[in-house]
Amino acid sequence: MVTSPGSKQPETGRAVKGAGAPSTDHCWLYWTWCVKMDGYKTVIDSLRASFRSGFSLPEQFRLDQLEALVTLIRENEKQILEALYKDLGKPKFEAILSEIDMVMNELSFAIHNLKTWMAPEYVTKNLATKLDHCFVHREPLGVVLIIGTWNYPFQLILLPLVAAIAAGNCAILKPSEISPATEKLLVDLIPKYLSQKCYAVICGGAEETKKLLENKFDHIFYTGSQKVARSILQAAAVHLTPVTLELGGKCPCLIYGNLDIKAAAKRLAWAKFFNAGQSCVAPDYVLCNREMREALVPALRQALEDFYSPRPRECADIGRIVSERHWTRLADLLQRSTGTVVIGGETDKEEKYIAPTVLVDVPETDALMEEEIFGPILPIICIDTLADGVNFINAREKPLALYVFSDESKVVTTVLEQTSSGGFCSNDGIVHMSLPGLPFGGVGNSGMGSYHGRWGFETFSHRRACMLRGWGLERINVLRYPPYTEGNLGWLRWATGSKRKGWGSCSLM
Amino acid sequence: MAAGGPSRALLTRMSRQQVAVERARRAFLTGRTRPLDYRIRQLKSLQRCLEERQADIVTALKKDLHKSEQGTALFEIYGVQGEILLVINKLSDWAAPRPVEKNLLGISDQVYIQPEPLGVVLIIGAWNYPWAVTIQPLVGAIAAGNAAVVKPSEVGVHTAKVMEDLLPLYLDKEMYPVVTGGVPETQELLKQRFDHIFYTGNSTVGKVVMEAASCHLTPVTLELGGKSPCYIDSSCDLTITCRRIAWGKFSNCGQTCIAPDYILCDPAIQDRVVEELRKAVKEFYTDDPRSCVDYGRIINQRHFKRIMAMMEDSTLAFGGENDESQCYIAPTVLKDVKPGAKVMQEEIFGPLLPIIPVSSVDEALRFINEREKPLVLYIFSPDPKLIKRMVAETSSGGVLANDCLVHFSVSTLPFGGVGNSGMGAYHGKYSFDQLSHMRGCLIKSLSMEGVNKMRYPPHTAKKMDWVRYFLLSQMTVSLLGKLVLLPLLFLIVAVGLQRFFQ
Repeated sequence: MVTSPGSKQPETGRAVKGAGAPSTDHCWLYWTWCVKMDGYKTVIDSLRASFRSGFSLPEQFRLDQLEALVTLIRENEKQILEALYKDLGKPKFEAILSEIDMVMNELSFAIHNLKTWMAPEYVTKNLATKLDHCFVHREPLGVVLIIGTWNYPFQLILLPLVAAIAAGNCAILKPSEISPATEKLLVDLIPKYLSQKCYAVICGGAEETKKLLENKFDHIFYTGSQKVARSILQAAAVHLTPVTLELGGKCPCLIYGNLDIKAAAKRLAWAKFFNAGQSCVAPDYVLCNREMREALVPALRQALEDFYSPRPRECADIGRIVSERHWTRLADLLQRSTGTVVIGGETDKEEKYIAPTVLVDVPETDALMEEEIFGPILPIICIDTLADGVNFINAREKPLALYVFSDESKVVTTVLEQTSSGGFCSNDGIVHMSLPGLPFGGVGNSGMGSYHGRWGFETFSHRRACMLRGWGLERINVLRYPPYTEGNLGWLRWATGSKRKGWGSCSLM
Repeated sequence: MAAGGPSRALLTRMSRQQVAVERARRAFLTGRTRPLDYRIRQLKSLQRCLEERQADIVTALKKDLHKSEQGTALFEIYGVQGEILLVINKLSDWAAPRPVEKNLLGISDQVYIQPEPLGVVLIIGAWNYPWAVTIQPLVGAIAAGNAAVVKPSEVGVHTAKVMEDLLPLYLDKEMYPVVTGGVPETQELLKQRFDHIFYTGNSTVGKVVMEAASCHLTPVTLELGGKSPCYIDSSCDLTITCRRIAWGKFSNCGQTCIAPDYILCDPAIQDRVVEELRKAVKEFYTDDPRSCVDYGRIINQRHFKRIMAMMEDSTLAFGGENDESQCYIAPTVLKDVKPGAKVMQEEIFGPLLPIIPVSSVDEALRFINEREKPLVLYIFSPDPKLIKRMVAETSSGGVLANDCLVHFSVSTLPFGGVGNSGMGAYHGKYSFDQLSHMRGCLIKSLSMEGVNKMRYPPHTAKKMDWVRYFLLSQMTVSLLGKLVLLPLLFLIVAVGLQRFFQ
């Protein structure tokens, strides 16, 4: 079990020490130094040996581990909420809704469905293979690496872990050092509840992650930014390791046509300012025409007052920016923006607070449109027609989520058909990611691969095609052997029946 | 981007590869691949190409690989034709929205997965079954609504030329350009931005492709290879076994990514295995395979020399005859091969079949598991328990018991590797899914706003309890259930909760 080396100070300036440490600090420091110095090879080899011994394979083991995670959460809910509050000033309600209950949901879904997911999938066959057993068997990949991030530090590392466990893998977790309280909690709790033979937590920053990535994994699951994702892909290429990248981008929110502006404003405000805007699927900016904007701004103002009172800074239901560095980035964006602040705008460096802020008259080339905002700042950009809105969206990288607010189904359908994005939600924000039936992931710059529910299980599995033939029917096989003749070919083609509608296709038989 | 595309001046400064990719992207952005009709028309046209130009295809393959006419038809053309027919029949099902389960709160919403095209796909083919491994992915790309840049392998010189000449005559040549060339041209192509790269070949180049893809965060499918083990249980019918293995191994002169690379068997049956293999080879290719029209050739001299060098430190059981001027190597079996022998250091990809004696299934399993995960594992045994055990204790792209190669042709099975043998899969619907983006869609209305009040601040313990209840109650609601629940739910939720939270 590895913890953060004492020499590396995380952003808050506090040293992080792991649980399970031997009684003397010298031993612990020497031990973690050893683990890091061998490039984490010992830990990984140990997990690989466990995997090879088959520990993580049996269905019962997987269920036991998933149940253990359920217990971990139930018994430590208070500590989890405290850690999330320390890291992000996360209100209890948000933490329960978006962190604890998301993981519990995923766990119960996996536990409930595991048997089905693990069962062989028999496939339809053609005439020539009717007597064979053809099925797809989902198998674990081996030792997987899950790199978490800081905005939902609990959910975004544990949801992939649930999928990895369900699929029968061993796993190394690398939580984000930017949310150190949650990082420390995971370091303490995971080894207490989960099998130490199969799962480990490794801490550290960029340097440690780079070293970790020199090793071979059977899958790497990363949540974070495009820049880091590129270096992860490069590291993965060396070992031909498949990856899942959950990235971000600027999620557009198009508001057009007839609609109930009050309801729309509420849902938009909720989705945008949840977790102080620090959600990969938060609506990043709004596109609407001037007329709509005139109605939207007061509706947003009202919604924000209803949610957070006229003095949001004093409201317990609003979060904080994760670190000074991130706060500075956001404050700087706000400063450089040439838009007009119509709601909010107040900031406080010491508290890492930024008020829910809305700007209008934001040009396309504005500072706020340079990068993913990832904060409680909402620019409204005016477009004239729906086509303008669609063109605006398509001129940019494919986002992780795309939102349309409209009562007109034609508007929704047009945008859906003429754009591309990881996911799509009309007349609401964020909530599509809470449905375990939907694959959650990006496309293009917003990522590759997906998870949640069965999709996570598939991501961490190899679909092994299995075909078990018998010994009979060698007479049919004779048709395919040399010497090749036209006559044999004709019979073979008939037996594999690829011409008929509805029959499976086949050749070579 | 300006309307009308890049200026002539800009185009002349761009490389040939850049131009092709740029044109494909512009073609894709017109949206004409969206309608299923367009895709089906392209596929039907491709079908016609295979029918009308079969003679050209056969001639080219004969020159490249000494493939016989029937061999080409059997191994290359029929497979692709079968895929095309399957897609034409099934496309409307595959491309339709796929509904998923909802939770209680979402009962009146539409929740589904919409498959969408990715954009411009790069397909890098291989030379051993050039039509199968270059055009089958193209069928998938077309079906999924993508544009595709096709880069045939330059190693199969004549086939690459035929593809370059023929495909533009039958397909939308802007949408599906063929770009030929060797390593420098491929490197130039790999610098461009694609929405997916589909590569068939070896692991070394696979790593290069993945690294190039990383710059643009492009997802890849890598169909690689490796050494596919073939275990023979002592209680098998060795005649049938060895016939099937000989067919799997010596078709296309062993140049098949899923050829059984080496045999593992008990030393007690080794001599009989050799005998049966010898008999099967004679049955297929006569006493003089060199003059047999159904026996192939090594693709080029470089590979010829590579394969010949592998034989050097092993015992010949039979075969070994060769002729460099023809790139001919006879069907060859090596026996008592040591794990450290040259022939065991890399994928053979030729007509050498080493036999490694192992004294037990345990030893065989250890041998297999010490090595990289292969593309396929072959097990010959009449004992289903043994087969089950070997499947459970190993990993590989696919498994085939009691035959060779044929799992490739079952379009309902995913074809792909794992670990060093590749990532991703294709064939049939898997091709379509692999080259699509599965977009999760939630279509809500702005009504039922009362329900949402539970989640809005100011947060109260009362709201928390309700939210937890609804969120944690997973249920798949059947049609009948919906008919019963829906009116009831509207009543409770819209009226009851609204009052509750006011």
